[in-house]
Amino acid sequence: MTTTKPRVVHSPKFTDGAEFRIPTFKLLKEDGSLYKSAKAPDLDKEKALRIYRTMVTTRILDERMLAAQRQGRLSFYMQCTGEEAAVIGSAAALDDNDMIMAQYREQGALAYRGFTIDEFMNQLFGNELDYGKGRQMPVHYGSSKLNYMTISSPLATQIPQATGYAYGQKLAGEGHCTITYFGEGAASEGDFHAALNMAAVQRVPVIFLCRNNGYAISTPATEQFAADGVAPRAYGYKMDVIRVDGNDILAVHEATKAARQLAVEHNRPVLIEAMTYRLAAHSSSDDPSGYRSKDEEAAWREKDPILRMRLWLESKKWWSEADDKELQETMRREVLETMKRAQKRPPPPLESLVTDVYDEVPPALAEQFQKLKVHIRKYPEAYPKSAEHAKGGA
Amino acid sequence: MTQMNMLQAINSALDTAMAADERVLCFGEDVGVFGGVFRATSNLQQKYGKARCFNTPLVEQGIIGFANGLAAQGSVPVAEIQFADYIFPAFDQIVNESAKFRYRSGNLFNVGGLTIRAPYGGGIAGGLYHSQSPEAYFAHTPGLKIVVPRNPHQAKGLLLGAIHDPNPTLFFEPKRLYRASVGEVPDEDYRLPLGEAEITKEGTDITVLGWGAQMEVIDQAVEMAEKDGISCEVIDLRTILPWDYETVANSVFKTGRLVVTHEAPLTGGFAGEIAATIQERCFLYLESPIARVTGMDTPFPLVLEKEHLPNHLKVYEAIRSSVEF
Repeated sequence: MTTTKPRVVHSPKFTDGAEFRIPTFKLLKEDGSLYKSAKAPDLDKEKALRIYRTMVTTRILDERMLAAQRQGRLSFYMQCTGEEAAVIGSAAALDDNDMIMAQYREQGALAYRGFTIDEFMNQLFGNELDYGKGRQMPVHYGSSKLNYMTISSPLATQIPQATGYAYGQKLAGEGHCTITYFGEGAASEGDFHAALNMAAVQRVPVIFLCRNNGYAISTPATEQFAADGVAPRAYGYKMDVIRVDGNDILAVHEATKAARQLAVEHNRPVLIEAMTYRLAAHSSSDDPSGYRSKDEEAAWREKDPILRMRLWLESKKWWSEADDKELQETMRREVLETMKRAQKRPPPPLESLVTDVYDEVPPALAEQFQKLKVHIRKYPEAYPKSAEHAKGGA
Repeated sequence: MTQMNMLQAINSALDTAMAADERVLCFGEDVGVFGGVFRATSNLQQKYGKARCFNTPLVEQGIIGFANGLAAQGSVPVAEIQFADYIFPAFDQIVNESAKFRYRSGNLFNVGGLTIRAPYGGGIAGGLYHSQSPEAYFAHTPGLKIVVPRNPHQAKGLLLGAIHDPNPTLFFEPKRLYRASVGEVPDEDYRLPLGEAEITKEGTDITVLGWGAQMEVIDQAVEMAEKDGISCEVIDLRTILPWDYETVANSVFKTGRLVVTHEAPLTGGFAGEIAATIQERCFLYLESPIARVTGMDTPFPLVLEKEHLPNHLKVYEAIRSSVEF
């Protein structure tokens, strides 16, 4: 049974969907000027500068923290480099009350919402001020006040959760939606298919934003799927879909704004495939020279989304080279100073090992904790992070 | 009070919860207008509308992913997995997501409102894939609660307890008893505590411990043993995680003997955990080795299911051996 009346033919006719070629939505050329037939976007100066500053901040944070990782100050890091427009342009098109459920490379969206450098650093160093209480590896940020769901390492699990979260928002009827981010690799997970199908069936206000950045660690998109990207899958779910130049801040913003309208006003979930490129390594543990060429990277560096936006801002006389220099210097200084502060802060208390497993610590775990404290008191030199904490209590 | 079977009691619990709080939602495969393949959600869609009680596509990982998101948003989802045997596509969402949501976010977010219902267990000629008891897989995951009721009164009270508990809870329903177990059930809202075992019969010579459908088996075995003059203390564990080792240990201090029985296979079964904990706590009080009476280490069979299952005769034999050790 299908939802439409079947069209009948009398010879075995197969189709591979090749007739559906999905176009790419672009507004901004690489030189920062608009395409001839492109409609000037509805983006005022204040918002445009908020977006741009966030993009630059994210780039600088990423550069500095990767360097810090290389110096051994940090165990791990993941950069958003090259994908700032896809992430920040889309987040900027939402209401601040909309929920963001990201994968792990979307720190720009969180920065746009107002997460401070201090807050980033506290998580990265897992100190006593980290909201996550030092439990997760670096870049697993979360903020309830900024409606940014805490990152979880398993890929794609956030996608059906976004469908569920948005279903709850629909029932609450306050006009909010959820956006979820993931890579083209994660879109191969079963959770992706489950999420899109359920969203379409239940007409849920959710935006699925796929960052098609070319690689899942080392696996190129050509070895991830045979189809023309991720976008055509939306047809199978009867879902609205758009493919957008992910390095074109104006196009990403415009597409997401329209998607939000479909989601919130018409309960139509949307799939956005943002075509971009992961200019950096997958993570600080990865070395792309083993699977892609310098020439390929150089070609994409020419399409840098930050450069493209800067050229557009300059053409509007909203931004100058001097402004840029000042922003770069200020942010570098702030990142450096904040990092030093965060690194010096003490680790979370020993109790945080056992709290939040449940709403209350169950008796068996409380017993294990008491035993651990006794043990640490016996060998304090072996546990420098917690020896002081272990002194208290029974 | 109304005479109900276990399905009616579960339906009454869901009805009670949905009437009291509009954030409570029920969904799963065939849960909507049909009321579930076992009819546990009968009439709920008719009563509370399609938005709050509905069918989902046939995708367990999607059902639980969706439920996790809903719970994080502040709703109170009661998701049904049609058979516990089919819960494994959702294993990642349960083990890596539901269980860790609160911990990994430093309590910024949680899915405490989540309850997952799933019929479990054998004795219905269900073969490999309609008979399993998967509680031990989940018992290895801190952050989850696991509850198994033994009769209609317990089912309603424990399910309401699970729905209102601020932690994600797996509620495994003994499907063999769905219609077979009948009893008086209060019509109003009442909640039985999670994490507390119940001594259903006091005795002095031996403690016999189980949960869910196995309690009926224990009762039959104990009846035989008592005829032999063996005084048995019977405990329904009720909550597998976190489990009430104190009640069990206190009983074993008194009796000096323990038989644990469950349908799931022996190796890696939850009886092993219980035996380890109790020997640690009660070592000097034990009069005989702790006995485990369980399903065999095979996939769940079909024609030879009776041979496979830990029935009353096997439990009775274990009681005898323990007392005569």
